[in-house]
Amino acid sequence: MKAKPVKRRAPPWQLRLYVMDQTPRSVAAFANLKRLCEAHLKGRYRITVIDLLRHPHLAKGDQILAIPTVVRRLPSPVRTLIGTLANTAHALVGLDLRPAD
Amino acid sequence: MKTKPRRPPAAKLLPKCPTGIQGLDEITGGGLPRGRPTLVCGSAGCGKTLLAAEFLVRGAVQFNEPGVLLAFEETEAELTANVASLGFDLAGLVRKKMIVLDYVHLERSEVQDTGEYDLEGLFVRLNHAIDSIGAKRVVLDTLEVLFASLPNETMLRAELRRLFRWLKDKGVTAVITAERGRESLTRHGLEEYVSDCVILLDHRIYDQVATRHLRVVKYRGALHGTNEFPFLIGADGISVLPITSLALNHRASSARIGTGIPRLDAMLGGRGFYRGSSILLTGTSGTGKSIIASNFAQAAGRRGEHVLYFSFEESPDQIIRNMHSIGLRLAPLVKRGLLRIHSARPSLYGLEMHLATMFKEIATFNPRVVIVDPITSLMDLGTPSEGKGMVTRLIDYLKAGEITSLFTSLTQGGAVPQQTESTMASLMDAWLLLQDFEGNGERNRVLYVLKARGMAHSNQIREFLISNHGIDVVDAYIGPSGVLTGSARVAQSSLEKAALLSGQQESARRKREIERKRTAIERQISGLRSDYESEAVELRRIDEQVGTSTLMLSTERAASGRLRQADAKAAAARPGRKKG
Repeated sequence: MKAKPVKRRAPPWQLRLYVMDQTPRSVAAFANLKRLCEAHLKGRYRITVIDLLRHPHLAKGDQILAIPTVVRRLPSPVRTLIGTLANTAHALVGLDLRPAD
Repeated sequence: MKTKPRRPPAAKLLPKCPTGIQGLDEITGGGLPRGRPTLVCGSAGCGKTLLAAEFLVRGAVQFNEPGVLLAFEETEAELTANVASLGFDLAGLVRKKMIVLDYVHLERSEVQDTGEYDLEGLFVRLNHAIDSIGAKRVVLDTLEVLFASLPNETMLRAELRRLFRWLKDKGVTAVITAERGRESLTRHGLEEYVSDCVILLDHRIYDQVATRHLRVVKYRGALHGTNEFPFLIGADGISVLPITSLALNHRASSARIGTGIPRLDAMLGGRGFYRGSSILLTGTSGTGKSIIASNFAQAAGRRGEHVLYFSFEESPDQIIRNMHSIGLRLAPLVKRGLLRIHSARPSLYGLEMHLATMFKEIATFNPRVVIVDPITSLMDLGTPSEGKGMVTRLIDYLKAGEITSLFTSLTQGGAVPQQTESTMASLMDAWLLLQDFEGNGERNRVLYVLKARGMAHSNQIREFLISNHGIDVVDAYIGPSGVLTGSARVAQSSLEKAALLSGQQESARRKREIERKRTAIERQISGLRSDYESEAVELRRIDEQVGTSTLMLSTERAASGRLRQADAKAAAARPGRKKG
């Protein structure tokens, strides 16, 4: 699922969401992530969903242990968030997004 | 009488997964439990990672079982480099797809907890790795990192429980490493999940020397040795040295080999020591133990046999030089490759390492004779029981190969040797004692054969002399005042020679005396005999005379009697017949 192309000069945020099939947690994580991005990064983000059931070999690259995990690839440094992102405050801190942004 | 408990006929022993690690398979009765997780715990630097890595490498190389190593602490490159010191080519095995290395990086500061999660990612990675090469063995080194990195411990423990069940279902033999805890076996209590087999590693320092130990704390469903076994990390992996695995059933040879000193062979039933026997040579400093050992070595070398000489006091060159001064030619034997002298200071490494080194030398050089000079410097490295254990293992190893062994032992002077050596002497088949005999202003060397199993041996003391053409064993004089050696012996021997000479002269004189007496008596006898003869003749003559006259007398009487009767008849016939 891709969002709208970027308008600003800063490159868009690259976010990878690792899920395991369509488990409730995975679904919830995607929903939460989308909501957060829409709220704080409107128009300048890009989410890639990686289903480890179909692509297990991709877990190694980003050192994925927990499911669901969100990895912010860009902007650097790489940030890893584990969990469903239900805790918005933690999620924002993890993504390095200030709530007022 | 005991009756054996009846076992159900269908009961099978737990299948084992051989590790290929020397000694470990023996202790565990065949290896780790197949398809089950084994916990290896120990403090830092004990060798857990090396043990786990060797388990995988040998599985791939020796048993053709691919393996997966999930590492939480070291990167693939670090692991490969660390394990290369054991001679394992991890990179090569990865290339050949026999081993998969997966480094799991988890840093608490890099991770933000934002809600519920599970460790499915770990399962995915592990599963993928196992399926990619069809792995049968798995190592997780070390799961404790998860406890430090992940905040939700309840979830973590639940997932670990799931992980071990999953591993069992997958049918892989897993080795889990963990850090030793203070109160519990592992720091985070992993032993509650991994309870099929638990191995404890230990690294101890005794008297400034470090020794490693391994203990199988638990092995569900199988018999195992619960003792602690020392182990080494050597140039080709871990070797566990089990004491009890050597059964006492080696063959005994009846061949005899000479010591190189003919009089000594004569003391030993005439032919020397049995091949494959263990010989102890005890003595205080300077009594000549190394010399006798070197004689033994030279004799074996001259027979064309390989001799391995372990020296803990002198360098090879020094030994060769010293022995040269008494006429022993060891240098040519060394050059021909028959004699190898291996020297090391006892404090160089620990007891176990010495033993392992000796085993390795013996295995590569294949000697028929091994000399350890002196064994006491090795025994001082550990406790007395450890020392005895080491000597037992060494002797068993040598006897299994029918290798004759000679051990020299240094004792303190003054004490009765039997007391100080009782620990070792019972292990030995033959025991020679060398002593210094002091007296008369000099010290002389004497030798006893204290015991020699299986043969008649001399129980007498002998003196032995060392000159520049070798050893000479001579009878020590045992006189009424005790044993005499050295110059006293020589003095005594000349005294005895003089006594012998005078004795001979005396007996010659007596013989002459007797001869003279004999002739005199014989002369007397012949004189008496001739007297007797003449008398006898006279008596015979008289006797004859008497006899003749008696005969005449009786004949006359008879004749006259007849005449008279005739007369009487004639007279009776005339007067008439009388009634009568």
